[in-house]
Amino acid sequence: MKLLPLPRAVEAALIFAFGLFLLLMAPAHAEDAAKKGFEIAARSDRSDRDFKDSRVDLHMVLRNRAGQETTRLLSIKTLELPDEDVGDKSLIVFSEPADIDGTALLSHAKILDPDDQWLFLPALKRVKRVSSVNKSGPFVGSEFAFEDFTALELNKFTYEFLNQEACGDLTCDVLERTPRYEHSGYTKQKAWIDTKDFQIRKVEFYDRRGDLLKTLTLRDYKLYPPRFWRAHRLDMVNHQTGKSTDLIYSAYEFGLNLDDRDFVKGALKRQR
Amino acid sequence: MTHTFADRFALALADIVIRRRWLVILFTVLAVGAAASGGRFLEFSNNYRVFFGQDNPDLIAFEEFQATYTKNDNILFVIQAKDGKLFTGRHVEAIERATAEAWKIPYAIRVDSVTNFQHTWANGDDLTVEDLYRDGRAMTQGERDRRLALALAEPLLAGNLISPDARTTGINVVLQYPEKSLTEVPAAAAKAREIAAQIRSDYPELTVALSGVSMLNNAFGESGQTDAATLIPIMYAVLLVIMIVSLRSFTGTVATLLVIGFSTATAMGIAGTMGIKLTPISVTGPTIILTLAIADSIHLLSTMLTLMRQGMDKHEALRETVRINFVAVSVTSLTTIVGFLAMNFSDAPPFHDLGNITAMGIAAAWAYSILFLPAVVSILPVRVKAQATYKSWADRALDNLAEFVIRRSRPILIGFGAAAVALIALIPTIDLDDQWVKYFDHRVPFRGDAEFAIEHLSGLYPIEYSVKARGPQGINDPVYLQNLEKFTGWLRQQPEVRHVYSYTDIIKRLNKNMHGDDDTFHRIPEDRELAAQYLLLFELSLPYGLDLNDRINIDKSATRVTATLDDISTVELRAFLTRSADWLKTHTPDYMHARPTSASVMFAHISERNILSMLRGNAVALVLIAGIMALALRSIPIGAFSVIPNAVPVLMTFGVWAILVGQVGMASATVLATALGIVVDDTVHFLSKYLRGRREKGLSPEDAVRYAFSMVGKAITTTTVILAVGFSVLAASTFKINAEMGLLTALAIVLALAFDFLLLPALLLLGKSKKKELTQDETVAVTPGR
Repeated sequence: MKLLPLPRAVEAALIFAFGLFLLLMAPAHAEDAAKKGFEIAARSDRSDRDFKDSRVDLHMVLRNRAGQETTRLLSIKTLELPDEDVGDKSLIVFSEPADIDGTALLSHAKILDPDDQWLFLPALKRVKRVSSVNKSGPFVGSEFAFEDFTALELNKFTYEFLNQEACGDLTCDVLERTPRYEHSGYTKQKAWIDTKDFQIRKVEFYDRRGDLLKTLTLRDYKLYPPRFWRAHRLDMVNHQTGKSTDLIYSAYEFGLNLDDRDFVKGALKRQR
Repeated sequence: MTHTFADRFALALADIVIRRRWLVILFTVLAVGAAASGGRFLEFSNNYRVFFGQDNPDLIAFEEFQATYTKNDNILFVIQAKDGKLFTGRHVEAIERATAEAWKIPYAIRVDSVTNFQHTWANGDDLTVEDLYRDGRAMTQGERDRRLALALAEPLLAGNLISPDARTTGINVVLQYPEKSLTEVPAAAAKAREIAAQIRSDYPELTVALSGVSMLNNAFGESGQTDAATLIPIMYAVLLVIMIVSLRSFTGTVATLLVIGFSTATAMGIAGTMGIKLTPISVTGPTIILTLAIADSIHLLSTMLTLMRQGMDKHEALRETVRINFVAVSVTSLTTIVGFLAMNFSDAPPFHDLGNITAMGIAAAWAYSILFLPAVVSILPVRVKAQATYKSWADRALDNLAEFVIRRSRPILIGFGAAAVALIALIPTIDLDDQWVKYFDHRVPFRGDAEFAIEHLSGLYPIEYSVKARGPQGINDPVYLQNLEKFTGWLRQQPEVRHVYSYTDIIKRLNKNMHGDDDTFHRIPEDRELAAQYLLLFELSLPYGLDLNDRINIDKSATRVTATLDDISTVELRAFLTRSADWLKTHTPDYMHARPTSASVMFAHISERNILSMLRGNAVALVLIAGIMALALRSIPIGAFSVIPNAVPVLMTFGVWAILVGQVGMASATVLATALGIVVDDTVHFLSKYLRGRREKGLSPEDAVRYAFSMVGKAITTTTVILAVGFSVLAASTFKINAEMGLLTALAIVLALAFDFLLLPALLLLGKSKKKELTQDETVAVTPGR
């Protein structure tokens, strides 16, 4: 049997329809993974919603390739802003080493723009506004960038669900998240979020080449009433330089009734 | 004819080899196959650090430095506008693109360029930290020029990443290799070349060169590969010509080629199995083995051909050949092996590898020449024309030479002695020079690129100082900073210094920024807290990959000062290092006394270290070789005496080198031992014939000298030519150290021949009354050689 040649217009229409079908199908999968990824991230983020404010002491241990160590002591106050398109506000006060005692950093995090930052220098008795597009640089010489250990903002990334796998005693969803910020130092991150408490257990950071740069492990989670989980130990290892930093958190406080007035430029000098 | 034990052994051996020739051939082929299969493990090392032994104090200091800050493996892109206009919109875009692309080079952890330089400026109490150029194409030319002026005024950039005439700029990529595989460096270099090629094709008006330590390391690998691909074929071609000329026998040529090929394959295969990594030094092993292995074969074959011309049949000639050469070939192989094994005393591991590879190759050549060669020759057809014994022009020349020496022994002694003393006295005038850029000749692209970088942008010889402060956070101490500032200033005044990178420039700029960009505050902050807090502020605002961790150590107890030097000789470099260390000692507190370090510092001392470490190696080789000679010649005094005609010409070689060249690198240290092991062969042959004449034939010293000349003069001359030509082939190496080693050894071999033909007989004639006694108490002596 011989097939009759189809009229040209019909042929073109068929090809177009088939192409359209493919076009719609292909991203459907990607869209599913993206949607699922976002949902998992959002669920994790929501588990922390409405903590309102907190205060914590942080002990940082920095280690270089030669095995030398040094420490920094600081405290962090955080004010939650409920709008997911606006970042939280934080105030960091250094106490050790002695020569930076009382130095205070106020930060208003932004999602897709450079953060607003002010630094109070007690030796100069002045507040300096710092303008920089840089977010992924090392925080006080550590292996953490400022954005690596401050509160996670859901909309800083786009997400993709990868798979589910065991992580220690728990099961974790593995997400790939891609920074939306133009000047981020990372091309992507992989995050392990457990399926029980929806907390982040591990993050891998990939550099501009797409090579593994750092691994962060979050441990010693404690539950603060009514339902807020906080990790007390964050270990970051830089695989390329062999340097590492441990963050040890202690004395978490919640319900401090902080408000915007505690997170303005003028509040910086009052911290010591 | 009296047969000694060695003769009887050699005859028995020759009998077995000829009778069971097929078995010998089979076993040889199997052994070569088994050994050579290890060749698949051979890899080219591409790290200059292989030149330094694990316990080299310079290496330890440098490794410690790098563990504290950052590895200083780098790739430097050097970009120049051919028309001189580099900071136009189009070219700034090219620099920005290359900077961004450079991040994609495998193992890059940091990229510094003029465009991503973190420029800080103040506006009242606002401090801005930003890239010096971001989207420079969109800027007005006025804005670009304003920023160019900032770059040229910035001490951290000018003379480092931008040339004072603003025609040339650099992009420095710091790499941190996992050091797990030998493909890492070539992979990084390949990506860098790809980026450079892309920039060149998109911006044909730009010149792009690639320099830096990683490109150097890559060149080490590539130079070795180029050498392996060029030297070995040249060597085979040269040796083929020699064989055709000296043997004039197809069978002999084939057999010799098989022996030398097998020897090389065996040595390289075992080296691979042992896990030896090839370096530009050890890759000369095959070339040296070829040269030395051919001498044994030619010796044996020319004896056989001579005997056949005199009417012996082939098998009889073979037996006799093995008998009369067995001891000589064994002794000469052994002394050469000892000489090469002495390389293990060197401070630089690649020389151990070269010594061991060559020693294995010579041992293999010895075994194959004694066993495989007679077996093969006994199978293949050999035809010679029976010749009447007539004297060739060469024989007549040698006769004349003998007569001349005998007649003029005293003037020769005095003249030669004076020349020897004069030349040896010149040795201390040789400068030890190891500028690693100049290790490579212009066939290696790195050489041209590195020279382009030196000429147009900055020096390639950075010197690092880790200047310690008093305890953690001590770098904020104003006293420390003031002293560091003085040191930085002093360095900048030195004529050989092109650029100094010092933390004081950062803190001074920050102080100025903190005071509303008031120039009067461009100075060291007056108190510790200020300095600490400025630093904290700056650190908080730096981007990924441009932090200060590579400049300040982790507990802030030390900072790094980098002085980049001009293209100066190693001698000048050593003087500078001493001067700078002395300056610190006299002008700063104890804790600030930094020891200069860097790859250049390591190379600056490598020759001295090698010479010191080889002193013992040379002494051991000398004693062992003298011992072997005493045993072979069966006389302790003659063994001891034999050291003179061997060591003196080698030392004279350095005197000649002092006049002709004047500088030498790390190759110099090892030449003494290896050359000694080789040149001693001539002496073995000459002395053994002289002694046979005296002991067996009861000749007078004069007649014994004539006898020695007529018996071995031609053979010694032939081997000398082969060896000298063979080692001269190394001069074609792309790696200067090999060329120096080859030329020095060739020169030593030629001088040794002159010594053996002129001074040795003169010395023998001088002590003639004493030598007479020997004939009485040693009636039967070992008679190595023909």
